[in-house]
Amino acid sequence: MLGVGVGFVLGVVLGVGVGFVLGVVLGVVVGVGVGVGFVHGVGVASKTRLRFRTRPLFVRRGARYKGTQRRGSMGTTLLAVATRKGLWLYRSTDRKSWGVDGPHHFGSIVHHAVLDPRDRTTFLAAARTGHLGPVVMRSRDEGKTWTQVGTPAFPKGEPRARAVDHVFWLTPGHADQPSSWYAGTSPQGLFRSEDAGESWAPVSGFNDHPDQAQWVHGDQDQTPDGGKTHSVLVDPRDPAHLYLGLSGGGFFESPDAGASWRPLNSGVAMDFAPPPPDGGEYPFGHDPHCVQLHPRRPDRLWRQDHCGMYRLDRDRGDRWERVGRAMPAEIGDIGFPIALHPRDPDAAWVFPMDGGTVWPRTSPGGKPAVYATRDAGASWQRLDRGLPAEQAWWTVKRQCLATDAGDPVGLYFGTTSGELWASADEGAHFASIAAHLPHVYSVTVGTPA
Amino acid sequence: MTRVLLPTHLRSYTAGAAQIDAEGRTLGEVLADVEARHPGLRVRIIDEQDRIRPHVKCFVAGEQAKELSVPVTGEVQIIAALSGG
Repeated sequence: MLGVGVGFVLGVVLGVGVGFVLGVVLGVVVGVGVGVGFVHGVGVASKTRLRFRTRPLFVRRGARYKGTQRRGSMGTTLLAVATRKGLWLYRSTDRKSWGVDGPHHFGSIVHHAVLDPRDRTTFLAAARTGHLGPVVMRSRDEGKTWTQVGTPAFPKGEPRARAVDHVFWLTPGHADQPSSWYAGTSPQGLFRSEDAGESWAPVSGFNDHPDQAQWVHGDQDQTPDGGKTHSVLVDPRDPAHLYLGLSGGGFFESPDAGASWRPLNSGVAMDFAPPPPDGGEYPFGHDPHCVQLHPRRPDRLWRQDHCGMYRLDRDRGDRWERVGRAMPAEIGDIGFPIALHPRDPDAAWVFPMDGGTVWPRTSPGGKPAVYATRDAGASWQRLDRGLPAEQAWWTVKRQCLATDAGDPVGLYFGTTSGELWASADEGAHFASIAAHLPHVYSVTVGTPA
Repeated sequence: MTRVLLPTHLRSYTAGAAQIDAEGRTLGEVLADVEARHPGLRVRIIDEQDRIRPHVKCFVAGEQAKELSVPVTGEVQIIAALSGG
């Protein structure tokens, strides 16, 4: 939309109020130029600012989801952008203009930084440098100041002599356990803190499971910078019900707070291995890149795997359905991240990448796009308005696509080329809110107290 | 007391000091004393299996020490290797 700023605005707005609104605004800006735009929303003109409350272009008419929605005045939205060279924090009260604060932990590889949604004040960040061992940093003031707290560690003298190379994933624990956190590490291990990161205990039911070495293909056969434990999920109905993903190794479930585990990979392709001799399926060894659980429908899981996009409804069985089959063939269903709508369990966003030939891991054809589904994966819609039309050879890693709780939902992603993109209308339009950052390793959204 | 020389990477733990003093008969004991005086530093260079991390080197009296059991006979120098990107 052009024509924001000083000038006079001629606007025709239809259908003010709740519902689907089609507005047509013709804006002429003195000294700048002429802007013509078609928007969905309500235009509110002032002397210095033109603001739009937008509705996403692809939302089904009449689709409304009650719950934590923010309309009108919003609190602060905080984006924690963890990169290969430090952490940057972006804050906005309107999701249009963003203030930047950083770098924090400058020079450190920050794999994940998460603001605790329970107290909305405590921040944990997983950091290391190219030379030094891993640390967990904690802030008690929404990321303003940080101190080093405990580092997850395998038991000294354990048979496999494992040592944590880096903490890859941080998950706040259940809402009823306010200081609990989980850390997923490389090499693959799971650790739990009861004191907001001050100290960590190994979840030995996983780390020392007799089959764990098999699950992870052995400690030597891993992704280039080490195997990952990720997608540590806590069932909001039951703090003892946990999931986690292993790259590589597959997806696993524990019903008893981590004491026992079982693989949960039925229906998921494993194209990088020869078919099992018995013609069946491998129970584990898969490579889930990112798995998300819907907070309003915890029996629904979404999975972006090395070998496709899947959905699993636990209340209907334990076999994943490859919803990526509905993606355009020329795009495919390979990618790293998947992000969910905070209220609509049928809605999800993915960022496909080129998983052909030698796996370039870039946007297909150099034309980046988010794809969204509103029907539980039966169909996918390309969303690329505002993104580069061509010659953009980046991708979005598994922790780098995130949604906020707004209405419309805000969608954010960081790229391997150091850009931060945002959409305040569920992906209908994107705008770059930062460029020239280091390689982005994670983007998380918080709402500070 | 043993003089311990630190690379720039670790000086955030010593208020910028490039060298500190610590006590101990072995490299492991010296680094334990360093940790007591400057909490949080040891985990950056020694892993939980008491191994010196891959991109860190320790020298005792000018000789590379590959294990914490090496007796301390002179100055300890910790170096962050030329790696990264």
